[in-house]
Amino acid sequence: MIEIKVEDAREISRRKFLRRLSLWSGAFAASLVAVPFAGALLDPLLRDDTGTWRAVGRADDFVVGSTNMVVFTNTDPKPYGGVVQKTAAWLRREKEDHFIAFSANCTHLGCPVRWEEKAHLFMCPCHGGVYNQEGDVAAGPPPQPLRRYEVRIRAGNVEVKTAPVPLTDLTAAERLCDQSSNT
Amino acid sequence: MMATLKKIWHWIDDRSGITEALQPLLKHPVPPDARWSYVFGSATLFCFLLQIVTGIGLALLYQPSSADAYASLNYIMHKAPLGRILRGIHYWGASGMMIMMGVHMIRVYLTAAYKFPREMQWISGVFLLVLVAAMGFTGQVLRWDDNGVWSAIVAAEQLGRFPLIGKPLAHLLMGGTTLGAKSLSRFFSYHVFLFPGFLFLFIGLHVYLVIRNGISEPPKVGRPVDPRNYRSWYKKMLREKGQPFFPFSAWRDVVFAVATITVIVVLAVYPGAPEVTRPPDPSMLHTSPRPDWYLLWVFALFALMPAQIESFAIVIVPPLVLFLLLALPFIRNRGERHPLRRPWAIAGVACVVTFVSSLLYIGSKSPWAANFEARELPPSIVASSLPEVKEGSRLFHEKACAYCHKVKGYGGDVGPDLTHVARRLDARQLRIRIINGGHKMPAYGSSLTTEELRKIVAFLKTRK
Repeated sequence: MIEIKVEDAREISRRKFLRRLSLWSGAFAASLVAVPFAGALLDPLLRDDTGTWRAVGRADDFVVGSTNMVVFTNTDPKPYGGVVQKTAAWLRREKEDHFIAFSANCTHLGCPVRWEEKAHLFMCPCHGGVYNQEGDVAAGPPPQPLRRYEVRIRAGNVEVKTAPVPLTDLTAAERLCDQSSNT
Repeated sequence: MMATLKKIWHWIDDRSGITEALQPLLKHPVPPDARWSYVFGSATLFCFLLQIVTGIGLALLYQPSSADAYASLNYIMHKAPLGRILRGIHYWGASGMMIMMGVHMIRVYLTAAYKFPREMQWISGVFLLVLVAAMGFTGQVLRWDDNGVWSAIVAAEQLGRFPLIGKPLAHLLMGGTTLGAKSLSRFFSYHVFLFPGFLFLFIGLHVYLVIRNGISEPPKVGRPVDPRNYRSWYKKMLREKGQPFFPFSAWRDVVFAVATITVIVVLAVYPGAPEVTRPPDPSMLHTSPRPDWYLLWVFALFALMPAQIESFAIVIVPPLVLFLLLALPFIRNRGERHPLRRPWAIAGVACVVTFVSSLLYIGSKSPWAANFEARELPPSIVASSLPEVKEGSRLFHEKACAYCHKVKGYGGDVGPDLTHVARRLDARQLRIRIINGGHKMPAYGSSLTTEELRKIVAFLKTRK
């Protein structure tokens, strides 16, 4: 601007126009690329996870009162996913027609809790979290009871509904998914 | 022959301007008394170069797919020629980079080199700190064994504590609502493209600023920084006493970097990189995930801080620390630089170093975690022929008491050692504790029968 000696209004507006043209067309081209990039970046947020029912075994194979580890595949498996798509839960046959499926993720920081059959406790290997057989916190830092998966019985099969990795919310104090059902 | 080569070089140099561009950098004058305390920044840079070379090497052998990464890691470790050492250098190089960066940061802070006109150097350094930590974490996940996948889940859980943005952040990190097919390619992309891209950017800025503003002169008691005349004083000092960077200062950087790299390679051969653990199968629940050593202090913190403040600690502390680090050069960018005139700086560093190293130590022991490998007590330690005592000892193990309590060296460290518990507590007190539990101990009231409780107490009564 300082260099301008001839106060030519047309020259200035031409300069302004060319500057704006460069900036805006550049921004346009950048956004053309940015939108599909953002699509890839945000891909995990752009799809719903409503859960899928997975059969985990014949109901008759579970003894009343026993707690067993059951393994099932996540909602959206892909051929290139491998074993990481597997999830395990602790399934208890509470009564003849009543099953509970506990999430294996500690509500503290998500580590895998293991069921200690003789002691009737769920124990976490990371920071000392312990849950009683109801999944309620018995000791250690976990802020919430173990989450539960939905369970149903279809044609003699026990089915568990897949769910997101349970995340402990800053404000949530209640058990968010307390659905143990029967059919 | 030589003459021809020289001619070719002159042509290349003339047309490309290599000497013209590099000469001023190599020969730029630096304060003559910048000695061994100035080598840590360049050592961090050399470690980074090591990471690039070994990282490209590893990427030649690695399969960045959720299904195949684990197998390719085993290939690198056990089949590829010198693959184990290549990975060892990458692992120990990462450790070296963490340490060198930490020491460099402490040196810069203690000598207040972040003061005028080098505020931007400090700020770019803080961004580098965050990026290097992010590289360390994603690198550990790329190992894609069971430790790697559980680390990813634990990190997602931490992000998940943030209000509103927590859940989307956690799902972005995992590449979905759970770990799955898309998880690994994201970690690979972050670790290999995104973060290194930013690292190049900020390292470029960091080094450019060192050239622009000059190496900070070693501080002297009673010589404060005054932004009004610092630049002219610094210029004058360099004119009078400055030495060309190469080789008068650079030789120390080179010698120290060579020593650092040698140590890293030796460590890469022995003990080598940590062995890959079991496959990345989240349905194998009998596992005890642990982070790499440089994150053990965070791991320890989560076990030791009161559970009530935890969410706030996750949500407030990291942004606060980041803010304070970025604000540091603006809090005071002038005045005394010498640590002797800034005793609180020394005290602060001593606190942080003690805090982090204690947590690292305790994290490596993790006494808060149940010892699932605890074995039943041998008869020689039970040392009783009474059936109820023997039965009590068996129940002591079966009911998981032994996972957390030690008796004569057998068992875990979570609760008190019970070798001599009968000297402290009588039968009634023992019963109360077992039935009601405590902060770290579950209440056994509902899960033990009266008979079982009686036998366990009978066993504990013999521990005198």
